[in-house]
Amino acid sequence: MATFNQSDLPRLLRMYRRMVKIRVFEDNANELYLSAKMPGLTHMYSGQEAVAVGLCESLKSSDHITSTHRGHGHCIAKGAQLKPMFCELLGKAEGYCRGKGGSMHIADQDNGNLGANAIVGGSAGIATGAAFSAKFRGSDQVTVCFFGDGALGQGLLYEVMNMAALWSLPVIYACENNHYGEYTHVSEMAAGDLKARAEAFGIEAHTVDGQDVMAVCQLGESLVARTRKGGGPFFILLDTYRYHGHHVGDVNRAYYRSKDEEKHWKNERDPIIKLAEHMISNKWTTQTQLDAVASEIKAEAKAAVDYAISAPYPSGDEVGMHVYAAMQN
Amino acid sequence: MKQITWSHAVNEAIAEEMRRDDMVFLLGEDVAEAGTPFKVLSGLVEEFGVKRVVDTPISEAGFVGLAVGAAMTGARPIVDLMFGDFIFLTLDQIANQAAKQCYMSGGKLKVPMVVRTNMGATRRSAAQHSQSLHTLVAHIPGLKVALPSTPYEAKGLLKTAIRDDNPVVVFEDKLSYQMKGEVPEEEYTIPFGSANILRPGNDISLIAASSMVQVCETAAAQLEALGISAEVIDIRTVVPLDEDTLVASVKKTGRAIIVDEGHQSYGITSEIAARLGEKAFYYLDAPLTRMGAMDVPVPFSPVLEDLTVPTADGVTAKAVDLVSGAAR
Ligand SMILES: Cc1ncc(C[n+]2csc(CCOP(=O)(O)OP(=O)(O)O)c2C)c(N)n1
Ligand SMILES: [Mg+2]
Repeated sequence: MATFNQSDLPRLLRMYRRMVKIRVFEDNANELYLSAKMPGLTHMYSGQEAVAVGLCESLKSSDHITSTHRGHGHCIAKGAQLKPMFCELLGKAEGYCRGKGGSMHIADQDNGNLGANAIVGGSAGIATGAAFSAKFRGSDQVTVCFFGDGALGQGLLYEVMNMAALWSLPVIYACENNHYGEYTHVSEMAAGDLKARAEAFGIEAHTVDGQDVMAVCQLGESLVARTRKGGGPFFILLDTYRYHGHHVGDVNRAYYRSKDEEKHWKNERDPIIKLAEHMISNKWTTQTQLDAVASEIKAEAKAAVDYAISAPYPSGDEVGMHVYAAMQN
Repeated sequence: MKQITWSHAVNEAIAEEMRRDDMVFLLGEDVAEAGTPFKVLSGLVEEFGVKRVVDTPISEAGFVGLAVGAAMTGARPIVDLMFGDFIFLTLDQIANQAAKQCYMSGGKLKVPMVVRTNMGATRRSAAQHSQSLHTLVAHIPGLKVALPSTPYEAKGLLKTAIRDDNPVVVFEDKLSYQMKGEVPEEEYTIPFGSANILRPGNDISLIAASSMVQVCETAAAQLEALGISAEVIDIRTVVPLDEDTLVASVKKTGRAIIVDEGHQSYGITSEIAARLGEKAFYYLDAPLTRMGAMDVPVPFSPVLEDLTVPTADGVTAKAVDLVSGAAR
């Protein structure tokens, strides 16, 4: 298991902070939905924080990720700011996409986030293409492709994994197995051994506890390093869980998922609590210090939400802008 | 007549056809226990079991292809495609496979399948969950395309689609599932290719499908208050298109606005306008006018999204221009 020691504390605290930031962001997003301040729906990442944070910890900001409909966590883990994220959720002009994308399409070019995606599996091609391009351009950038267990149903994934393997592309396929695609259990959607799908292409595949940010980080660190040196592609199956419904409106879900199961994951396997316990039991930090981190983040999030609520909408003229890229010459 | 929701009407259509013909089965993501995210199909798995109400993996190309093969060999699949936007993932199976089997085999093979999906913006779902893509399939010979506008049509057209021996794509407006409307107690179907004149008029024809029919009805009421008599026609099916009814209407009124929620360029509004131009040119008093969705991906922000679709006020203003001659 994880061999982090006291000298790693700054790193652990950074990951702790990021995980809390994601959790707090989602709590606020849920509140915005419940109070009818957010247009449309959103899919919350709560419970899966260790996956995005653990893997992004070893990426540089020039490295790429592609994300999913459940994308806020990836976005924050890759370095995005809360203000433009909340602005985007509310369709405001200062949002990451000037309000054009919304929750399911946040992209953050400055931090290498090529975007969330509302098509399940839709980013597998993009991630593989980003990896192809890195190699083509002679860059050592690495791409991490985040997708859910549901995306294992998409044929595109197998076409691009095949090419990634044939051409040794610097991409890591990170399958976040939260055990459900919408209202259906993964066992009813995916036959056989999930990891074996990648192994069939000769891609080295790993399984890791997606609730243990140290384990995710450690595996990520070694695979990112190997990928950067041309050793890719890789496949990681991360065992995790989403705490909320498929989207904010999915409240009565006992018909597909038991309350006991939810309780088990929340109480026994919470990634934030797990890391806190590890750091506290080793006396590297105290609960008081961690509470201070959480309060600081809550205050930051509240300020960002307040800002976003009063921020202006884009002007109507923007509707026709950005359909085509502006030619630069 | 009873008053039921659109969802209920669709559910009844499928249940009745499944009772009528054992070969009819339902296939798609979360169609069984969950009854789709829109809860339209609730109760069907309880009656028909998992043999005939089949939950699939998230494999649109795969399960549409599977439906094509099942349809070619005696079954009659109804494929549920959760969002119309996902039709792009299935187009090879729909357009290269389903649409062409009958013709390529010289009439020996047939593909009696239905793809039931949706369309329509203003649900704040952004660019990949808001498109109205009926034009794409309407362009491909061999496919039929229906766009109901009320619970009555949703049921009657879907039943006709299920009984049709050809691949049919049915697009429902996703904001309509809770819409209530009158539906007969007794069994009925609505034939394809028969447009419905909802409101007769003399000054201008407002031709539409799906939720744009309601937009035109509202506009017609506004126009009446302004002393303009508008005829509102619901085309119901894009393929086959009831050209005769449309041409007769325009010969009478001399003016037409064709309203649709698909993108305006190269859309069904263009096709209908062209046909009217060919068949009713010498009766026209004003340019045939198209009003489609703006040619932009659907934006998320409500203030932008609402600008992209035709509105009743917009149709009224355009009609006033055409009738008064201000458009000259
Ligand atoms: C191609 C496609 N099919 C269906 C959907 C509808 N849909 C949105 S999320 C989802 C479930 C995805 O499950 P998974 O990939 O496991 O991600 P999770 O929601 O669990 O994070 C489905 C079916 C979609 N967005 N895109
Ligand atoms: Mg999942």
